Amino acid sequence: MKHLLSTRDLTPGDAIEILDTAEEMAAVNDREVRKLPALRGRTVVNLFFEDSTRTRISFEAAAKRLSADVINFAAKGSSVSKGESLKDTAQTLEAIGADAVVIRHSAAGAPHRLAMTDWIQAAVVNAGDGTHEHPTQALLDAFTLRRHLARVSGIASAGTDLAGARVVIVGDILHSRVARSNVWLLTTLGAHVTLVAPPTLLPIGVEHWPCEVSYDLDAALGEAPDAVMMLRVQAERMNASYFPSTAEYSRLWGLGDERFERFGTPAFKDTVILHPGPMVRGLEISSTAADSDRSQVLRQVANGVSVRMAVLYLLMSAKESTR
Amino acid sequence: MTTPSPASKASASGAPASGRDAYLVRGASLCGGERADLLIEDGRIAEVGAIAAPAGAAVVDADGLIALPGLVDVHTHLREPGREDAETVETGSRAAALGGYTAVHAMANSMPVADTAGVVEQVHRLGRRAGWVDVRPVGAVTVGLAGERLAEIGAMAGSAAQVRMFSDDGICVHDPVLMRRALEYVKAFDGVVAQHAQEPRLTAGAQMNEGVVSAMLGLPGWPAVAEESIIARDVLLAQHVGSRLHVCHVSTAGSVEIIRWAKSRGIAVTAEVTPHHLWLTDELVRGYDPVFKVNPPLRTQEDVDALRTALADGTIDVVGTDHAPHPSEHKECEWAQAAMGMTGLETALSVVQHTMVESGLMDWRRVAEAMSVRPAGIGRLEDQGRPLAAGEPANLVFVDPAARWTVDPAKQATKGRNSPFAGRELPGRVVATFFRGHPTVLDGALNAPHPSAAVMAQ
Repeated sequence: MKHLLSTRDLTPGDAIEILDTAEEMAAVNDREVRKLPALRGRTVVNLFFEDSTRTRISFEAAAKRLSADVINFAAKGSSVSKGESLKDTAQTLEAIGADAVVIRHSAAGAPHRLAMTDWIQAAVVNAGDGTHEHPTQALLDAFTLRRHLARVSGIASAGTDLAGARVVIVGDILHSRVARSNVWLLTTLGAHVTLVAPPTLLPIGVEHWPCEVSYDLDAALGEAPDAVMMLRVQAERMNASYFPSTAEYSRLWGLGDERFERFGTPAFKDTVILHPGPMVRGLEISSTAADSDRSQVLRQVANGVSVRMAVLYLLMSAKESTR
Repeated sequence: MTTPSPASKASASGAPASGRDAYLVRGASLCGGERADLLIEDGRIAEVGAIAAPAGAAVVDADGLIALPGLVDVHTHLREPGREDAETVETGSRAAALGGYTAVHAMANSMPVADTAGVVEQVHRLGRRAGWVDVRPVGAVTVGLAGERLAEIGAMAGSAAQVRMFSDDGICVHDPVLMRRALEYVKAFDGVVAQHAQEPRLTAGAQMNEGVVSAMLGLPGWPAVAEESIIARDVLLAQHVGSRLHVCHVSTAGSVEIIRWAKSRGIAVTAEVTPHHLWLTDELVRGYDPVFKVNPPLRTQEDVDALRTALADGTIDVVGTDHAPHPSEHKECEWAQAAMGMTGLETALSVVQHTMVESGLMDWRRVAEAMSVRPAGIGRLEDQGRPLAAGEPANLVFVDPAARWTVDPAKQATKGRNSPFAGRELPGRVVATFFRGHPTVLDGALNAPHPSAAVMAQ
C-alpha cells in the first residue's frame, strides 16, 4: 500500500491489517509515555485546503506520537489563496522534504491527482475530499464498531472482521464522504449496511452500491442493528429544497428522544450510536441520545488517533522498505 | 501508405514546379467506391476519370487512398480573439487542415464574444489570412452570451463574414421566450440557431454525467434530463415558429429518441455528435484526470451505442468536433477546477473510422455525408461538401484507411494538449488535404497555406 485514497481499494486483509495495527497503537496511547520512535526523522505534511480542526489535530497527534516531524499547511492565508496551483503547492512540499502528505480538499479526487500524477513521490493520505471519501474516518468507525462487537462477545478484537454486523447509516448520504467510505469498508469487512435518507439526499446510482436503501428510519431500526451512524445534516440544505424544514427532517430522519426510547428495549441493549462529528444537536440527533452511554462519539475521536497512527506507520514504513 | 512521386515531392514547397496550379491525384477511391484520377486545376476539379498527366501538373499517387470532399466542422473553438494562449485562428486552422478539414465554424465564445459584425469580421479575416481552411464565424445569439437580449444577428449575417449559424455554445439559451425569438428572427437571414442544450438549474455545479460513476466519485452530476428537456422544448418551438434548429453535441440516448420523433414529424431539426461521445464513457472519469472533463459530459455505454446507431441511420446528421483546446494549467489541477473540453480536429476522422466504419455501421459515402455534405448544408457553405465531380470546387481530403498511428498531443498542430485519445492507436491517416485546389497538407504534413493568404497579409 503506497497511498490511502479510498476504502474501495482495500481488501479485507488490508483493512484488518490496519485495524490490528491500530490496536497496537491504541496500546501505546494507553501508556504513560505515548510515543513511539517509528517515524523519527520523517516528515508528515498536513495539507488542509478546507478547515477541519478536528481531523487536522487528530492527524497531527498521530504523527507526533510516531515521532515524525509535522508541518501544518493551511491553504487559507497561504500562497494558495494567491492562486498557486495544487501542483505547485505539492511540489513545494516535496522540495521541503515531505515523506507523506495528508490532504483535505473540497474537490473530490484531489488526493487521487496528487497520488497518480508524477507531481510528487510522497505517500498520500486522503483526509477527506469533497463528497468523495474520508477513508480514515471509516477506518476509525470500523475500529470502534469492531471493539464494541468484541466486547459484547467477550473476545479480543484483533484479527476479527465485521461479518454479520448490521449498521444503519442515516442522513445526508448524497453529500457525505463518510457514508461512501463506510459503505465500501464496512461491507468489505462483512457487515450489512442500510442507508436511510430522504430520497433527495441519496445519489442517483445508489442502487448499485452493496447495501440496502430505505426512506423509513423506523423500519430500518426495527431490526435492532448493532450500530446506528447519524450523519451531520446542514440546515442550509433546506434552502435548496432537499427537505421542507429542519423540523420535518428531525421528525422523519432524526434520532430524537422519542425514537431513542427504543434503545431502552431488550432488542437494542447492544446497539451503539456513532457520529463522525461535528453533531448538530436537535437536528439529526437529540442531546439525550448524543450524551447517552450508547454514544461512541468520544471513543471514535480517541480511536481516530490510533487508526491514523496505523495508517501513517504502514504507509511510511512500507515506503522505507522499498527504497 | 502513399508513395509520392518525384513530382509530388517537388511540390512540397508549395506550388508545382512549373508554377502551374495543377495536381493530378492518381487512383483514389472516390468516397470508398470506384477508383479514378482527379485533375485539380485553378481551384476546381477539372476532370475525373482515367487521366494522362498533363504537362506541368504535379502528380500525387493516391493508390489505396480514399477521396472525400473536404471535411466541414460545424463546431470548433478557435479561442481567438482573447485566449490566444489556448489557440489561435492560425494554429487551430492548421490543426483543421491536418485533420482533413477545409472549413470550420468558429464558435462565438471568444473574448470579446463574437456578437457584433466587428468581431465576426475580425475572425473571418484572420481565417483568410491564415489560409488553411475556410473559417466561418458563428455569431452569438445573445449579447455577451448573457442570455438576456438578442445580439445584432442581422448585422453579422450581412457582414463580410456572412454568418448563418448563431449559437451561444457553452451556454444554453435557456429562456424559452428568447429562444423562440431567436429561432424566429434568424429566418430573415436563412440562419440557424445551434443550441447548447443544457438546462442551467439542473446542472448547477455539475462535473460529470449523473449516474453510477458520479455516485461513487462524489462528483456533482449532470443529468441526461437537463439536455433532453431543452431539446424537447426547442424542437417544439422550432415546429411552432417554422424555423431551423441545430442541436449541438447530442450526448444521450434519450436525446436521440426526441430528435428521431421530431424528424418524423417533419420538424427542421439537425443534430450533431462529437467523436468523443461516439467512443468514450464516464468510466474514464474514475481516475479523476481532467482530460476527460467535457461539456456535455461523457455518458454511458448505452448512450454511446444509441449515438452510433443514430449517426448511422441519419437521426444525427453530422459529426462536429467541439474542438476545445485549453492551456495545460487548466487541466493539470483538481477535477472541479479544470476547464471543460477536449481537442478533436486532428483525431475526428480517425475516431469516426474506428467507431463507425470499422464497426460496420457506416460506409465512407455516409462518412462524407456526416462530415462534409450535411455540415456544409447546415452552415450554408456553397463551396463545401460538394460532389467529387468535374467543375466542382476542389475541397478534398485523401485518407489512407490502412494506416495506424498513436496519438501524441505534443506532436499535434493545435496548441491544446488535451486530447482524450492520447496514447491510443487510431486507424486512418489524412495524407493530403486540398483547399480550393491548393494542397494544405501533403504526405501527412502541413504543406503551405492557400496563396491568397499571402495576399491578405499584405
